[in-house]
Amino acid sequence: MSSDVRFTDFKSDKQPTWCPGCGDFGTMNGMMKALANTGNDPDNTFIVAGIGCSGKIGTYMHSYALHGVHGRALPVGIGVKSANPDLEVMVSGGDGDGYSIGAGHFVHAARRNMDMTYVVMDNRIYGLTKGQFSPTSREDFETSTSPDGPKQSPVNPLALALAADGTFIAQSFSSDAQRHEEIVQQAVEHDGFGFVNVYSPCVTFNDVDTYDYFRDTIVDVDDEDHDPTDRDAAREKITNDTEYQGVIYQDEDSVPYNERHGLDSNMADIPDGAPEDATDLVREFY
Amino acid sequence: MPDDLNWAIGGEAGDGINSTGKIFAQALSRAGRQVFTSKDFASRIRGGYTAYKVRSSTERVESVVDRLDVLIALTQRTVEENMDELHEGSVIIYDGERTMMEDFEAPEGMIDLAVPLKSLAEDAGGAIMQNIVALGAACEVANFPIDNLDEALEKRFGDKGQSIIDNNQDAARLGEEYVQEEYDEEFSYDIETTDNDYVLLNGDEAIGMGAIAAGCRFYSGYPITPATDVMEYLKGRLERYGGHVMQTEDELSAINMALGAARAGARAMTATSGPGIDLMAETFGLVAQSETPLVICDVMRSGPSTGMPTKQEQGDLNMTLFGGHGEIPRFVVAPTTVSECFHKTIEAFNYAEKYQTPVYLVSDLALAVTEQTFAPEEFDMDAVEIDRGKLVGEDEIDTWLNDSDQFQPHFPAADGISPRTLPGTSGGAHMTTGLEHDELGRRTEEQEVRIEQVDKRNQKVETAKEEEEWDYREFGDPDADTLVLSWGSNEGAMREAIGFLDEADISVRFISVPYLFPRPDLTEEIEAADDAIVVECNATGQFADVIEHDTLTRLKRINKYNGVRFKADELAERITDELDTPQEVPT
Ligand SMILES: Cc1ncc(C[n+]2csc(CCOP(=O)(O)OP(=O)(O)O)c2C)c(N)n1
Ligand code: SF4
Ligand SMILES: [Mg+2]
Repeated sequence: MSSDVRFTDFKSDKQPTWCPGCGDFGTMNGMMKALANTGNDPDNTFIVAGIGCSGKIGTYMHSYALHGVHGRALPVGIGVKSANPDLEVMVSGGDGDGYSIGAGHFVHAARRNMDMTYVVMDNRIYGLTKGQFSPTSREDFETSTSPDGPKQSPVNPLALALAADGTFIAQSFSSDAQRHEEIVQQAVEHDGFGFVNVYSPCVTFNDVDTYDYFRDTIVDVDDEDHDPTDRDAAREKITNDTEYQGVIYQDEDSVPYNERHGLDSNMADIPDGAPEDATDLVREFY
Repeated sequence: MPDDLNWAIGGEAGDGINSTGKIFAQALSRAGRQVFTSKDFASRIRGGYTAYKVRSSTERVESVVDRLDVLIALTQRTVEENMDELHEGSVIIYDGERTMMEDFEAPEGMIDLAVPLKSLAEDAGGAIMQNIVALGAACEVANFPIDNLDEALEKRFGDKGQSIIDNNQDAARLGEEYVQEEYDEEFSYDIETTDNDYVLLNGDEAIGMGAIAAGCRFYSGYPITPATDVMEYLKGRLERYGGHVMQTEDELSAINMALGAARAGARAMTATSGPGIDLMAETFGLVAQSETPLVICDVMRSGPSTGMPTKQEQGDLNMTLFGGHGEIPRFVVAPTTVSECFHKTIEAFNYAEKYQTPVYLVSDLALAVTEQTFAPEEFDMDAVEIDRGKLVGEDEIDTWLNDSDQFQPHFPAADGISPRTLPGTSGGAHMTTGLEHDELGRRTEEQEVRIEQVDKRNQKVETAKEEEEWDYREFGDPDADTLVLSWGSNEGAMREAIGFLDEADISVRFISVPYLFPRPDLTEEIEAADDAIVVECNATGQFADVIEHDTLTRLKRINKYNGVRFKADELAERITDELDTPQEVPT
């Protein structure tokens, strides 16, 4: 890791094709800064991106990266980290990717607590497929596939993470660049699964969950003297219907999966032939 | 075969049938006898008939046969289920004091051996050992020195402490002595022991051991019969070699985690059965598109859907050859014996890394549940070779950068194989994606690049066709007019069937094909034969279809899809039926 890394080193030479004004620009900038601030560089960083407008970050950032199939980014990240714990692993995707098609993996990633970061660009809409309701869309949000609103409760991602014993649960707003960067950085620094739900507005298909809406409603937990290590206080914040930003819960005693399972070597390093004492395996069958 | 002993224990699921059978198989193996086992079981934890059968000889045994010499019957149904295989002189050991067996009488001509299994077990320290009492009785019947059983009991109960071992050894002795004292019958079995060393293992264990030998370090999987034994074998052992076994939330996760580990540079594998293969299909395409080396093992069971989860079938050939949307270059390798499960797993890892492709390693339930003896030298660890392909380290990375100093993970090399560098390598940072991409791994829809990348990926298979040996395994008479072809576990039964056919003066040439894609060209072999017959455990003849397509020749087919593997004698008869001049086969 070199100390003179600038966040722009994490930028690729591909110009983003997101709509002008898309929240994902700000979300990605914060991610790059958080990585640079924590002493990472593109050669030791692995980004896994889901499928969606959000998933394009794999292309716009410069690092080792895989842009996989829809909804399966988390398991890929877990595999990468298991095989080489020295890598900084950051997984990112949309609300549909993470809370709908990939919801199962989200719950299990939270309880597994691998030392990695998960940034969800939550625009409460399916952007890439051009405007269908998403799992975080409001009950009355009118879209092409919900002319009268989805008429079902939105998922509360923070509550899901807490229920699954997530050890770091945070939320940010892509347009509050300073706070967003700080919060993602804390997630990167967390020993375990650092999860940040980022309000990342879609200016094209969501006219309800807009920049103005979040600017007007968002409350910083730091302004309410919140103690993120207090689980009950966290539960209260997560379920009281306020749009918060900040670190809402952090388990300070978190021991990540990789440590609990003694994953401390680079699995890429193997001998030229069978392991030295492999004949013992044959002997077991006598 | 005079020295053959066909032995079985049967009862209800939950009666400890498998572990008892395994102990007996182990004892025979320790005594230098060859063993081939099979299991009949229903998909229930309790209730339902289940049996463990052991065929044993001083010579090589490759198959089950329709014959049972000694049967330990814990239930009446066990006898009914096996009536066809019992014969005059078969010995039936049972507990005459057990309510469900108290009115039992062995069929005419068979030897009725009522032994109070439960009371004797209680005398030795606990009713739980009643199966062990039966094993002791079986040793006496077969004239098999009981100290061989002692060793197997030590192995089985070694971690439970000496007193448990002692009790079990006593229980076995009580069974043996009871038969000595109560019966003055002359049993016709007198089984020989030898000084040969054998190891006893099943196909799933052989795959697991092959994976470790090949340097696999990451395994992710979701439990499913009959692939779970691969994961259970690896858990604990893989960790000893610096690896990790991860039980995942589902098969989608399993293949994606393995993919992640592989991108980080670990040799990685997942194993599943049909339903899991279906779930993995989307990511299988991603593995190929991102050119990630990965071994995906399908231990086939009867389908479709949940089908018959504990029954044999070779129904996934089309899925592994053609499954997934779009056109996916891949390798499909299918071991034909338990020991080949070891060797083909090692090969699969090498193909995966050398050609940066997904490799399907296709096994089947019959291989997975069969415990078979082998000379330990068949698993020669010194002979294991590891080929990591075009792996580029820090010192060579400059060679593979473009003019803008970017690494090109999908560089269109003439042989189709691009350089590969691992995360953590300075100067190598790059992305890849399941989207069509350029040589840098970035999305593109440019027509020339699309064509170049498709051709490049397909070229890897062409290169492999040239560079590797895609041989078949051949048995029988190479000049025979009749050619039999098969894949997967049928090889063992077919090899023994050749012996039966020989006795009827029918000679056959048998070709067993372990490489399904790329696969050997069989045109000449088929042209040279008068009759060519394809044997496989499925209803539609998927392998026959593929070979017909390759060779533009109609083939005869022998299919079996009742959930039970072929037996040697049965196969010999069915082959005879296919021939133009059917004959009686003495079996
Ligand atoms: C298996 C599968 N189903 C459906 C799709 C189509 N699809 C692509 S992205 C997407 C939803 C994207 O929504 P979200 O994850 O919220 O990302 P956003 O575009 O809003 O950033 C869908 C349904 C797909 N690519 N794969
Ligand atoms: S459609 Fe919405 S989410 Fe997608 S790029 Fe445009 S603004 Fe962003
Ligand atoms: Mg979205």
